[in-house]
Amino acid sequence: MDQAELHRIEARCIQEEPPRCRAACPLHVDAREFCTLLAAGRIDAAWAVLCRTLPLPGILARICDAPCRAACLRSQCGGGIDMAALERFCATSARKTPPLHPLPSRGKNAAIIGCGLPALAAAWDLARKGFAVRIHCRAMADIPASAYLEDCPTDIVERELERLRTLGVTFVEDAEPAPKLVEALLAATDAVFVDPRACPAEALGIPAPDPTTLETTRPGLFAAPSPAPGTSPAALAALGRKAALSIERLMQGASLTAGREREAPFASRLYTNISDVAPLAPVPVPPTGYDDTSAREEARRCLRCECMECVRHCAYLEHFKGYPKTYARQIYNNASIVMGTRQANTLINSCMLCGLCEELCPEHFPMVALCLDARRDMVQRGKMPPSAHEFALRDMTFANGESCAVAKLQPGTTTNRWVFFPGCQLPASAPDAVERTYAHLRETLPGGTALLLRCCGAPAHWSGRQDLFAASVDALRADWEALGTPTLVTACPTCAQMLREHLPEANTASLWAVLGQYGMPPSPAVPAGPLCLHDPCTTRHDDALRAQVRTLCAALGITPTEPSLSGRLTECCGFGGLLADANAPLAATVAARRAEKLDGTGLTYCAMCRDLLAQAGKPCLHLLDLLFPADDTPPTPRPAPGISKRRENRVRLRERLMDTLWREANAPRPEHESLAIAYTPAAKEIMEKRRILESDVARTLFAAKRDGHILARAGSPRRLATHRPSTVTYWVEFECDAAGGYVVHNAWSHRMRVSGVES
Amino acid sequence: MSTLKVLSEDFSNWTCEACGETLVPRPVTLDYLESRFRVELPACPRCGLVLVPESLALGKMAEVERLLEDK
Repeated sequence: MDQAELHRIEARCIQEEPPRCRAACPLHVDAREFCTLLAAGRIDAAWAVLCRTLPLPGILARICDAPCRAACLRSQCGGGIDMAALERFCATSARKTPPLHPLPSRGKNAAIIGCGLPALAAAWDLARKGFAVRIHCRAMADIPASAYLEDCPTDIVERELERLRTLGVTFVEDAEPAPKLVEALLAATDAVFVDPRACPAEALGIPAPDPTTLETTRPGLFAAPSPAPGTSPAALAALGRKAALSIERLMQGASLTAGREREAPFASRLYTNISDVAPLAPVPVPPTGYDDTSAREEARRCLRCECMECVRHCAYLEHFKGYPKTYARQIYNNASIVMGTRQANTLINSCMLCGLCEELCPEHFPMVALCLDARRDMVQRGKMPPSAHEFALRDMTFANGESCAVAKLQPGTTTNRWVFFPGCQLPASAPDAVERTYAHLRETLPGGTALLLRCCGAPAHWSGRQDLFAASVDALRADWEALGTPTLVTACPTCAQMLREHLPEANTASLWAVLGQYGMPPSPAVPAGPLCLHDPCTTRHDDALRAQVRTLCAALGITPTEPSLSGRLTECCGFGGLLADANAPLAATVAARRAEKLDGTGLTYCAMCRDLLAQAGKPCLHLLDLLFPADDTPPTPRPAPGISKRRENRVRLRERLMDTLWREANAPRPEHESLAIAYTPAAKEIMEKRRILESDVARTLFAAKRDGHILARAGSPRRLATHRPSTVTYWVEFECDAAGGYVVHNAWSHRMRVSGVES
Repeated sequence: MSTLKVLSEDFSNWTCEACGETLVPRPVTLDYLESRFRVELPACPRCGLVLVPESLALGKMAEVERLLEDK
């Protein structure tokens, strides 16, 4: 990703767009920040917000007619914020006005003709920027009428004019605003601005100026057409500000037009969801204006408009305390680091790649592509932390290994129209259900049904391992071709997605559609209580698959409820993108949050969703639990199998099928499996948390005994075995029982290698 | 390369089962991702079998692994 690409991506996140009030204000006052401070009772800080933006704030805050009010999103739920009344309250109640710090003199002078709001505002801005400014007016007494200040207390007007003088502005009272004066001042000064309230451009006989810059055909002269009657005071002040900016640019020799697109009021791209906002009417303004309490109450009605549509619904985006625009920048910086610590690795590897944020985003910010591309880039450059996805990739290799993988035609057949492809996680979670399903498919599907047990490659895809993923898809394709290219019947929605996208030449059909079409199982069992359907995130864009599941539910006589985010807006369970590998605590949070949204017993059709929700404490069933129950009693939610059990389940499924269906010998189990090993409950829990498999422990005990890598502690029956089979060193704390078996109490591991001891 | 002392516990009641030797503090070289450290760890004076206690593996060592992975 280069800088230009980064900017393109960043621009799609609208969280930093200004709120509608600020965009609509001719002077771009941040009413959102103003209200936030006021609501908190911070009157002086709120006043500082006005002073930062308004010219002559003491005057303008009192006469502002709040053109922002019509744009305020609150107007759609109760009524726009009464900014005018709030500004007046603030102007009268603030105790401290921030001091003015004009820039050092630039040695340039500007003359202003007239004394309306445009003139005063232009003078204010120019003087603050270090210009010597002279205002030419007929008489100072004209100021109140010219600047709509009739209702403004005289002392306030005097005080603000005094501040202008403090900034170095001088008033000359002898001038009739006329073309002759303009010519004289142009000859004597660097730039002249004619306040259109005193002398509009048309009266000067000068062609109408470009409205963006107010520059005229006379170099150094800035003027404007006569403002329409009823023009907002804020808009008049903005006219003066525009002239001041043009004069400043002219003096600097800078472009008068560049980057001024958003100077006038504009429509912000900011999106704010108000579907859950209750209407609330404005706080009435008493004749004396708001007091502390009523002002705070009115300010509190401000919705503090922001988007955060994605962050609100994603524990991952929330966790890193930013939003997609900031993440894009962090990911870009992360890739750019040559020396030093890369700060965004965990951010990049924690995205579930589920695409909910993109679905919710009004601009479809490409978070998934951003993270996946970053992972691929890190892998390619050898910068991917080895620990991030190694466990999942090892698991994938195991699922594709000879102890788990199967590619066989239906016994007794030579060609098959179908092949059942349950994926690798369903056999790990519910091997019996897979066996029963396959039996049913063999009986009901015309033309024979082969079996293909292996992984679809999703872990390699998610981890950014493009080489490994390509190899995995090639191996899958080879198996499928060897079986005679039958229609792949998928049970796992992730597999369905992977096959559709990466093996497009294959015909696929979901198990649910096939069951609906060719025959339901003979004795499904339905639980009595209410069920809540959780759509896996990999079905987000598979309307057909989600519909097939609902049709099947109807055929079972159940109408499950659905959580608030369902269908195309469904949430990930925490498995997607290998989140659990890169950031286990966050995965647990994600699963818990999703579980909380499901009423009653959860029902889903992805083995990982079911297991992760079950792990989060949610009673949860897989659709196959209902379709192919162990017996004819209603299924009860089972606990999630642990990491070791999952592997064991796959191995046993293969062994059983080879035994009973194909009558083929299974490969001998590895010799470390001959050890008799028991685990204390504490050890089991620790191993699960630390992702240490029982096979890792068995291998360690076996090797340590063989190599003599055992340590003993005086006075304790417990001993310590160590072994480094590949990239991880394992330590197993055990004791031997009377029968020669092992009792394991504890286990830990590290990746650092002990490479030498000095004697 | 100086030797870092990362353990304060006493490991003199540990023995290497194969050699029957008491573990003694030894400078040990640890490697990870092109980085190398010399750390004092309890080791068998005869065969060099090193003890990496749980607290070290899951504490400081895990922290350094993580830092090196993000380098």
